[in-house]
Amino acid sequence: MEDTIAAIATAYGEGGIGIVRISGSKSKQILDKIFKPAKNLNGMSIVNRQLTYGHIVSPEDNKIIDEVLVVFMNAPSTYTREDVVEIYCHGSVVSLNKTLSLVLDSGARLAEPGEFTKRAFLNGRIDLSQAEAVIDLIRAKTEKSFEVALDQMEGHLSRKVKELRDDLMELLAKIAVNIDYSEEDIEELNHEETVTSLSLIGDKINKLLSTADTGRLIREGLRVAIVGRPNVGKSSLMNALLRESRAIVTDIPGTTRDTIEEVLNLRGIPVYLIDTAGIHSAEDEIERIGIERSKLAFNRADLIIFMIDGSEPLREEDYLIAEQIGKRKVIVLLNKSDLGQKVTEEQIKEILNHAIIIDAAVIHEKGIKELEDSILELVYGGQVSQEQSDLVTNIRHKDLLEKARNSINEAKQMALNSEPMDLIEIDIRQAWEYLGEIIGETVTGDIIDQVFSRFCLGK
Amino acid sequence: MSSYLMGTYDVIVVGTGHAGCEAALATARLGKKTLILSMNLEAVAMLACNPSIGGTGKGHLVREIDALGGQMGLTIDKAFIQSRMLNTSKGPAVHSLRAQADKMLYHQEMKKTLEKQENLDLKQGEVIDLVVEDGIAKGVILNTGAKYLSQVVILATGTFLGSRIFIGDNNFSSGPNGLAPSMKLAESLKRHGIELRRFKTGTPARALGSSLDYDKMNVQPGDDEIVPFSFMNDDLECDQVPCWLTYTNEKTHQIIRENFHRSALFGGDITGVGARYCPSIEDKVHRFADKERHQLFIEPEGLYTDEVYIQGMSTSLPEDVQEKFYRTIPGLENLKIVRPAYAIEYDCIDPLELKLSLEHRKIANLFCAGQFNGSSGYEEAAAQGLMAGINASLKIDNKEPFILDRSEAYIGVLIDDLVTKGTNEPYRIMTSRAEYRLLLRQDNADQRLTEKGYKVGLVTEERYQRFREKKQAIEDEIARLENTMVTPATANSFLKEIGSSEISSGISLAQLLKRSEINYDLLAIIDPERKPLSKHVTTTVEVSIKYEGYITKQLAQIEKFKKLENMRLPEDLDYNNLHGLRIEARQKLSDIRPVSIGQASRISGVSPADINVLLIHLERMNRKRNGTT
Repeated sequence: MEDTIAAIATAYGEGGIGIVRISGSKSKQILDKIFKPAKNLNGMSIVNRQLTYGHIVSPEDNKIIDEVLVVFMNAPSTYTREDVVEIYCHGSVVSLNKTLSLVLDSGARLAEPGEFTKRAFLNGRIDLSQAEAVIDLIRAKTEKSFEVALDQMEGHLSRKVKELRDDLMELLAKIAVNIDYSEEDIEELNHEETVTSLSLIGDKINKLLSTADTGRLIREGLRVAIVGRPNVGKSSLMNALLRESRAIVTDIPGTTRDTIEEVLNLRGIPVYLIDTAGIHSAEDEIERIGIERSKLAFNRADLIIFMIDGSEPLREEDYLIAEQIGKRKVIVLLNKSDLGQKVTEEQIKEILNHAIIIDAAVIHEKGIKELEDSILELVYGGQVSQEQSDLVTNIRHKDLLEKARNSINEAKQMALNSEPMDLIEIDIRQAWEYLGEIIGETVTGDIIDQVFSRFCLGK
Repeated sequence: MSSYLMGTYDVIVVGTGHAGCEAALATARLGKKTLILSMNLEAVAMLACNPSIGGTGKGHLVREIDALGGQMGLTIDKAFIQSRMLNTSKGPAVHSLRAQADKMLYHQEMKKTLEKQENLDLKQGEVIDLVVEDGIAKGVILNTGAKYLSQVVILATGTFLGSRIFIGDNNFSSGPNGLAPSMKLAESLKRHGIELRRFKTGTPARALGSSLDYDKMNVQPGDDEIVPFSFMNDDLECDQVPCWLTYTNEKTHQIIRENFHRSALFGGDITGVGARYCPSIEDKVHRFADKERHQLFIEPEGLYTDEVYIQGMSTSLPEDVQEKFYRTIPGLENLKIVRPAYAIEYDCIDPLELKLSLEHRKIANLFCAGQFNGSSGYEEAAAQGLMAGINASLKIDNKEPFILDRSEAYIGVLIDDLVTKGTNEPYRIMTSRAEYRLLLRQDNADQRLTEKGYKVGLVTEERYQRFREKKQAIEDEIARLENTMVTPATANSFLKEIGSSEISSGISLAQLLKRSEINYDLLAIIDPERKPLSKHVTTTVEVSIKYEGYITKQLAQIEKFKKLENMRLPEDLDYNNLHGLRIEARQKLSDIRPVSIGQASRISGVSPADINVLLIHLERMNRKRNGTT
């Protein structure tokens, strides 16, 4: 049976309403799991093709995610000719993402681009001329992702991937020639050489993957840690930021319970605020554990907001925190400027020379807009991730790059253990194929051609 | 020309080379009345080039032929004079068996086998015409006017078809080794619409062994432990003879360079396409100008003669130049050439015109095998011969063809490559052509294929019984090793001694065997319960346990591969009317008519986007058929 698929069906970004669409036999079942109608339907199920008002509720903890309208349409008279559910959410990215992820957790899988149309087409919903248009579209899509790229970003990526594959192919050819022409007078490829080559290639893949971050930021949100010694105004900042946008209070899975997280929507980008108040020297054991956890959250942050009480001279604790921050991306908020600024920019530059410094009086909302602007600039300027441009924006590409890197790591481990080359080759070839999937190159013949152009062989 | 009917058969095989012999033996053994024809019976199973069978990839093929009930492995086991397992320093997947053959003995053994085979008639005669009626092959006509009719014809003409020998700027019509070429059959095939093309290959000179100084060369002896090619043999005895290694030098290269213009290859007389992996020495010197030396092996042609083969030194330079440059090589200073090196050009077909069963697309009941299909090598030829024979027989019985896929055998890789991708040079098998080689090992060829061969009917009861017993023994031994635990007290002193880390609690022998520094034989020290088992069994046991993780990985890859292979494309699919396919893809798909999406994806000129389009149409057709629309 076909999977049930789901996706956000409306354009990304800010809009009045956003739609999460689900298609497949499990659509209804999923809806029942996460939707609570506002009116008691007296045990009646949602009526086919009728809008129903209610809430999306997380089945785990019964928290309300959003208030919504939903509609269920049963097969076959739907666009895809399968059961379809549409959930009309408030348009915020956060709410849409949250609803979609609940749907996915409840048994659907994320639809590929164009998959609803593909299903409609495959299920005969579309007539021949429309069908042909769809084929052209799919063909163009595959060709686009495989050959050239419409925009520079993808072109750049496929060039990089091709280079990586060339590197791997060179290695594969050397291994192949050692095996198939073991009696020929050709230098054996040794394990150290292999490890060196694989490390280089692995590093290159990692570098590419690090560029995936900006894409992730826009999609998944930015993790921001607010740090500072007690009483510098962290809570006020949190409240001020939350007032600015419509906040959704939630526990974010994967973070520790000791850190408080709030989500705010900063002009379309979900921002997770992490309050790590506890970073200072610990007195007792329990506190120490709490601090360790805070540090963990702190370390996972994409960006740090370091709050300093500007009305007092810097204290020992401020220096300690600055030390913790080290080279990480940081905005320093010199708070309480209304009480007279005692700390100068020069003093900050001395301890954190890469920091962006903002004068603020959070209580009076002074500096909040500057702070928001700075955050957005960092995101869109790609400065939050280490690379200049966000090459890898596609989840599929990222996934394949990660798989390729894992295969390379396995090959490297095998080489370090001096395992036979022909076994190491299996992982290298696998990596080469994963990368080939990104740019859609088929996997035949290439090794053979390389072997002959590079080595002198004969009978 | 007047002709007269001389006989009627189920199968006629044209050619007694390595492909023809396997094909005829297969059909005869499957109960089909078979005639095998040769222009010269002295050339039955002739080793026209190197005096050896096997090698990387090729050794795998021979083991597979044997596992399926073919002949080559049995014959070389009777005719070898040296045996080596290559690549033993590498992983088990690429260990490859190679044997030096006594050429005369090999020929004699194979000829005897043909002569003794029930249902098989052996006859000397030149086929000059193919009988075709309504697009169906019906028999052959010889130059004597004798006409033989049959249900199927298998062509395995090797390098004899329209062949021409080139030595320097001279060339003449001749088959290999001075034998007569077949000049008329090619015309007949063209008349029947079969397209022919020219390929070429070459062979080095043969010299008198007594004219060489072996003191100046490095000896290359055989292995102490002989692994037989055939799964039917356990232990083989042989008084092995050595081969010898020596090198060219700058002087050699200089003479060759000075005479480039006299080479048939550079002079442009040869139009045929040669293989890149089999370059002549002038080719090597030309293309790899910075290489200071090239190696060559001196290999005996057999025990019956003093002739030796100069491996690595094929050439189409004139004989005077040959003598001059061969004599610059240490040990060859006084060399006497017995037969000069030559290049040979011959007609062959484009294998893209064949189905996976090796039946020709344009003429039904015509099967093709061996060098005639554009391959090179004795082993590649034999593998195709065997498969053509099996499929010819199945065709007569109106049964589905027997196809091995790329995950099952090197034979599958070989035939799929030829038939799906085609080849622009004589095709040679290599381990790197196989995607799943950890599973396609030479040690487990019987485990992969004997059951299949048994179902086809080629595997004898005796062989099948041996296979079953071995299989059981392998399974039992793996289970025993997995269930036998050793304690720190019994194992640690042994582990310490071999420099392996000690254990702190009980562990199975199988777990220990996974360690790279431990092998099955070593493990005997702490495995007193062990019963003596044959090397065939323990090799497979060891590999299965040691590389279990990788084997699992490959099995997962194969599953993915099989998914595409199992998406069948209808034979009558009209690619010209499929919207969205590019013109090139339409043509290629219409010509090759792949049986599956998997096969389609391997056709050059069919892009991933084309495959997507095909998948979509296939899906739509399926849904329509299932009435879901």
